[in-house]
Amino acid sequence: MEKGNSTHPVGAEAFNKDKKRVAWHDKALWFVREKRDKAAHQIPEWEQLRELAAQIKAHTLSQLDLYLEQFEKNALKNGIHIHWAKDAEEHNTIIADILENHQAKKVVKSKSMLTEECGLNPFLEQRNIEVIDTDLGERIVQLADEKPSHIVLPAIHKKKEEVGALFHQHLHTQKGASDPAYLTQEARKHLRTKFLNADAAITGVNFAVANTGGFVVCTNEGNVDMGANLAKVHIACMGIEKLVPSQEHLGVFLRLLARSATGQPITTYSSHFHRPKKGREIHIILVDNGRTNQLAKPDFKSSLNCIRCGACMNTCPVYRRSGGHSYNYSIPGPIGAILSPGKDLKKYSSLPFASTLCGSCTDVCPVKIDIHTQLYKWRQIIGKEGHLPKGKKTVMQLTGKVMGQSKTFSMMSAIGKKILGGPKVLAYNALNPWTEDRDLPSPNFTFKDWYKKNKNNE
Amino acid sequence: MKIGLFIPCYINQLYPQVGISTFQLLQQYGEVEYPISQTCCGQPMANSGCENDSIGAIKVFKKAFEKYDIVIGPSASCVLHLREHGVNIFPSAKEVIDKTYDLTEFLFDIIKIKHINATFPHKVALHKSCHGLRGMRLESCSERVKRAPDKQKKLLKLVDKIKLVSPSRADECCGFGGTFSVTEKDVSVQMGNDRLADYIHNGAEYITSGDMSCLMHLEGLIKRQKLNIKVIHMAEILASNKVMVPEEKEILETSNIH
Ligand code: SF4
Repeated sequence: MEKGNSTHPVGAEAFNKDKKRVAWHDKALWFVREKRDKAAHQIPEWEQLRELAAQIKAHTLSQLDLYLEQFEKNALKNGIHIHWAKDAEEHNTIIADILENHQAKKVVKSKSMLTEECGLNPFLEQRNIEVIDTDLGERIVQLADEKPSHIVLPAIHKKKEEVGALFHQHLHTQKGASDPAYLTQEARKHLRTKFLNADAAITGVNFAVANTGGFVVCTNEGNVDMGANLAKVHIACMGIEKLVPSQEHLGVFLRLLARSATGQPITTYSSHFHRPKKGREIHIILVDNGRTNQLAKPDFKSSLNCIRCGACMNTCPVYRRSGGHSYNYSIPGPIGAILSPGKDLKKYSSLPFASTLCGSCTDVCPVKIDIHTQLYKWRQIIGKEGHLPKGKKTVMQLTGKVMGQSKTFSMMSAIGKKILGGPKVLAYNALNPWTEDRDLPSPNFTFKDWYKKNKNNE
Repeated sequence: MKIGLFIPCYINQLYPQVGISTFQLLQQYGEVEYPISQTCCGQPMANSGCENDSIGAIKVFKKAFEKYDIVIGPSASCVLHLREHGVNIFPSAKEVIDKTYDLTEFLFDIIKIKHINATFPHKVALHKSCHGLRGMRLESCSERVKRAPDKQKKLLKLVDKIKLVSPSRADECCGFGGTFSVTEKDVSVQMGNDRLADYIHNGAEYITSGDMSCLMHLEGLIKRQKLNIKVIHMAEILASNKVMVPEEKEILETSNIH
């Protein structure tokens, strides 16, 4: 799970030490955002699609219990094993048990943010099970012993030269080689042997369909198919919010997902799984791990609409300039900032403040989560629960008092101007960092002064 | 029409000229009064997670403005905050807030002005403030496939001799964000500098906006780095042909009120 207690500003400050890297990171993600814009603008009914997707999700979440049971029934009928996990520990234990039953020691795993959330890799590694991440980006961060910094582009923070050095060290590629085509080819060779020798394959789930008991996993690399088709056991891990009622709803989400994520019309592979082949097994783990808690909060339940496209990260001007690791949570960016406080309010209390509330995330989100409104609402809860930095709370209380009394406000303005040469009643002026990089104007009259003088002369 | 002039706290203190321009613009459409008891919309507290500490400010707002037919302020951000959150924070202010508008909304939607006596012979980039852009839908935004009416751009196009230039990134946030500008200083400053580089690169002499808070942040960076670009509130451009009465001039020149 997550290391350390670092707040977002601390992580952001560290990231911003290297200005060139910040500019490069910002540009790389902005490029993806622009591709997304082009793809979206080619679909005249884009806004209706988003609305439809949001309604399907809202409907499904409103009767999630029924749809989950329907899904379980149909999947069982198809010969799939179903497991229910209330939290990360149960999820990890169930997987360890399945692997033990099959004496599986070598596992290939495709991208799954849920297994990141649950800390599955370290859990299995402690039990002497080899887990190889087969998504190229995830393999890169795995070799670097890091966490993904983005949910769609896990290694977006790494430059190709860094990947070259990493591959040279671990996969013995040519020293100094950084050509992406060459490195990808070498990674393929390396992964191929892992696929061929795997005892079990773990995958995520993008969508599970209640009325068929089937599920869909989307990738661009085909690594899900390689893993799941070669290994004897396929374990698919899904959060309980991944359901859609019926097969026909998939079209709406598949059209939105890849366009929002990378600007592609559809992911290269949209793999549908319904039943195991003869002699093989498919297991699905349905995981709660805090989701029903979030579902019980009317202001925040729509955060469970998320289809993990990453568009809110690509568009977020703060994410692009602070990097995914600054969030210190398995899901970074705006969506991570509204999911994480539900997990641990105190620990993640800086994340809802890592935003200017510009609202771009809300407008870009294909399932219309009102992300910036939820950020604002988490801020209020953090304030009420007493998790604001102490200085901030005091300043706000004081500012509130001043602004709540016309007389005090006038007096403070006047005193502020006389003593400090500037208006110190404003909250942001009371805090010093403003002036490290920015000037403030200091006119020697206020609008009020001007108005009073002119009113009297009328 | 009795117009209550709402001048946000930081404009009153730091940018009196924006207040003066707004006042002059509004005078053409009704009897304008600036109730001197007004303080602030409460946004700095509320955005910091302290909505309760902002109740007083909204109470003052209600009391100061309830007697007017309409309330106008030169700030999409403050007006939007009252609309989206102020009503929940202090529900009995709803009636007043319902008749409170941003200057752009007033000129474009209510007065529906078609002509304006203003001249501004400069290259100007419109900085679409996020609250005006995505909160009030004053302009089209690049994420959405739906187009908005582009109210601010249309108002600026009424100005004689103005030349509007477009930045490469149509509507990225400036990085102000209230207390964000200090608690997340590094990212905030980087965002501002990136915006400035874009506007400068595209040849703008002035950056204008319906929100002075974005411009305050950008100007802070411009002045510190002595960059060759200026900021100006839309109200100042729209009122550019207003002649000041002598008393106003006197104050502006001597500025010896205290
Ligand atoms: S919150 Fe919306 S934009 Fe962000 S990852 Fe989820 S679906 Fe995509």
